[in-house]
Amino acid sequence: MKLNELTIKQAVEKLDEGVITAVDLAHACLDRIKEVDEKVKALLTVCKNEAIDEAEKADKRRAKGEKGGLLGIPYIAKDNILTKGIRTTAASKILENYIAPFDATVIKKLKKAGAVLLGKSNLDEFAHGGSTENSAFGPTHNPWNQELVPGGSSGGSGAAVASDMCLFALGTDTGGSVRCPAAFCGVVGLKPTYGRSSRFGLMAMTSSTDVPGTLTKTVEDAALVLQAIAGHDKYDASTPDEIVGDYSQKINQDIKGLKIGLPVEYYGEGLSPAVRSAMNEARKKFIELGAEIKEVSLPHAKYAVPVYYIITPSEVSSNLARFDGIKYGLSVKGEDLLEVYLKSRGQGFGREAKRRIMLGTYALSAGYRDAYYLQAQKVRTKIKEEVDAVLTEVDVILTPTQPTAAYKIGSYDADPLQMYLEDIFVIPASLAGLPAISIPCGFAKGLPLGLQLIGARFDENKLFQAGYQYQQNTDWHLKKPII
Amino acid sequence: MLTKKDVKKVAQLARLELTEEEVSVLTPQLSNILGFIGQLKEVDTTGVEPTAQVTGLSDVWRADEYENWDKAEIAAALKQAPAGLEGNQIKVKKVLEQD
Repeated sequence: MKLNELTIKQAVEKLDEGVITAVDLAHACLDRIKEVDEKVKALLTVCKNEAIDEAEKADKRRAKGEKGGLLGIPYIAKDNILTKGIRTTAASKILENYIAPFDATVIKKLKKAGAVLLGKSNLDEFAHGGSTENSAFGPTHNPWNQELVPGGSSGGSGAAVASDMCLFALGTDTGGSVRCPAAFCGVVGLKPTYGRSSRFGLMAMTSSTDVPGTLTKTVEDAALVLQAIAGHDKYDASTPDEIVGDYSQKINQDIKGLKIGLPVEYYGEGLSPAVRSAMNEARKKFIELGAEIKEVSLPHAKYAVPVYYIITPSEVSSNLARFDGIKYGLSVKGEDLLEVYLKSRGQGFGREAKRRIMLGTYALSAGYRDAYYLQAQKVRTKIKEEVDAVLTEVDVILTPTQPTAAYKIGSYDADPLQMYLEDIFVIPASLAGLPAISIPCGFAKGLPLGLQLIGARFDENKLFQAGYQYQQNTDWHLKKPII
Repeated sequence: MLTKKDVKKVAQLARLELTEEEVSVLTPQLSNILGFIGQLKEVDTTGVEPTAQVTGLSDVWRADEYENWDKAEIAAALKQAPAGLEGNQIKVKKVLEQD
């Protein structure tokens, strides 16, 4: 097995044994990037020198006796996460040459843990999208079939992990943006509880649902990365002072008696036969493992997409106001201040960013705020209360991650609304701030499918336990694309 | 639902300069999306409080002390100001008109 094909757990064992070095690992990943990224286009920036430098530092720390954790493990970060001294673009022309002046908290934590940053991955511009087609620098291609999308908005991160370009990747999940690429690329995608991990240094999209998330090859690895990035941050007032336990300690606990809820509304007519079949198999597997399946109902879940697509553009319109050609980023000359704003933003933002800014500006404008934004927030309350209530009857909720497998690049060019509908299963967990994980559960004509488990707030442990048992007893996650 | 005039007005509020082509493409798309979102009117939300954030936190305080930002980071940040600096201040076009 090539070193870049290892999981974090396997790599840490070999590093601790002294059989390999962090520099070896970094080189293996960098070689793999050179080998396949021309086809996949997962990366916007590769920081080779910095990576080798950090790998050497990790090896020195190990030589002094430090072990375990993520010391020496190579990773890639989504390009809407600030990495000091390294170009951070949000896949937008408006930040094409922006160099981040400081590290996001999650990056700082990973540095402290000794993880090695290899580069920055492609995304939908400012995380607006579910396919990575909205990148101003071209789409990323699904490693399983390069004519297809890798999912989004953390498509670069998903594709990079699936292609073994790194041992894990960071993404951000606002309305499915870590879980969707995980499902389409056949890897594990974790969206932690809102506030579990700091948003400081993440370019804000929807501040009330954004979270940094992890893309890994296994559920076991997801627990290791969450361990490093979780925790209260004084720079992010939305991170509660909630203790970070040991996510790996009881991960292999059996799941006998675990109550799993299946929302009837999600298993209705619209589900594709391949997804239905895969979910049936998954359900049977969980029963084999000792879990109890219970039918539950989420009557307001059908409003999740319209709620999200009012709240998100509204918060986006506010968060993107800072890109004005004054402090940083693209600046187009104008006669006066207004012209600088109009032209810089007009030329710097892509189509989807503009669409969302426009929607949000409209929804929040005088006379419309009550009808749109306020109503959406109230329906959000109903959705949240319903999911929270269900999670007092069951331990976790099981759904498909996506209604279909990956689709052809360009499928939704003419109709952005149709793409929004792909988010139907992933949005409720975002609106309610709950942890959710996507795990490979099958294939549809050779393309990966994912199942989603949603847990109660701060109950990532149950997601990890259920996922771990599932992966011990299935081998979907071991299959790799041939690029 | 939305007219091109509405779209141009919103674009101005959002400080986005759009080409005529963009306005033509955006108008039906935005109308479509708003139409789709209209289904939220069906939901009875009497007595329901809006959810602005899910943490349940409020009044997260810190001591009223300042921390100096690292000088090198300040320099790196300021260096990227497109119109340049005057001392440690970012240059901006005239905001107030003189009569």
